Amino acid sequence: MENRLRILRAERAWSQQDLAERLEVSRQSVNAIETGKYDPSLPLAFRIAELFDRSIEEIFVSPSRRSSKAI
Amino acid sequence: MLKTPAWKRYNWRVIWLSLLYAIFLIAAVYGFKHQLVPTAVKYPVAILPALPIVGIFFAIGRYLVEEQDEYVRMLMVRQVLWASGFALSLATIWGFLDSFDLVGHADGYYIVIAWFFGLGVGGLVNKYTLGDGGC
Repeated sequence: MENRLRILRAERAWSQQDLAERLEVSRQSVNAIETGKYDPSLPLAFRIAELFDRSIEEIFVSPSRRSSKAI
Repeated sequence: MLKTPAWKRYNWRVIWLSLLYAIFLIAAVYGFKHQLVPTAVKYPVAILPALPIVGIFFAIGRYLVEEQDEYVRMLMVRQVLWASGFALSLATIWGFLDSFDLVGHADGYYIVIAWFFGLGVGGLVNKYTLGDGGC
């Protein structure tokens, strides 16, 4: 799933490892989410959103909205 | 695979179970070879080396329950699915070849070896499809 995780992380000058530690997940998890290879569960998506003080929709791009925009 | 606390526990369990397997296997082979096993306990002694292997399957199940990192857990689930698909496919193909007398008969426990090999195949697929995150 497309997302703004890398941008939000860069704004805070956090490495993937820094973010992983804050989320209590592995660095590989952060990398997989950032690159869109893995879609986090809803609880993890909420944790990410709360950490950045944003809504989930501000971080993750809805696949259906993305495809409707393309149409 | 990543070294999460659950993974470390899983590793220790597998190490101990592998050690137990080696001891049981050597003891059972020695016992049967030298006719030291009384008839009454032949079945339990023959099953003895299988128990730690069953334990490893249990350890994999425990790992999937205990792993807190959902992405890492998904990697293991993918590996297990690859292992199961690989071993069952191989057993099915071999079974038909065996039925038509085209290959020799293989002992049942070879399916376990194929399954563990499939686990490795699954690891490679994870690495290939997910790159850095798949290790």
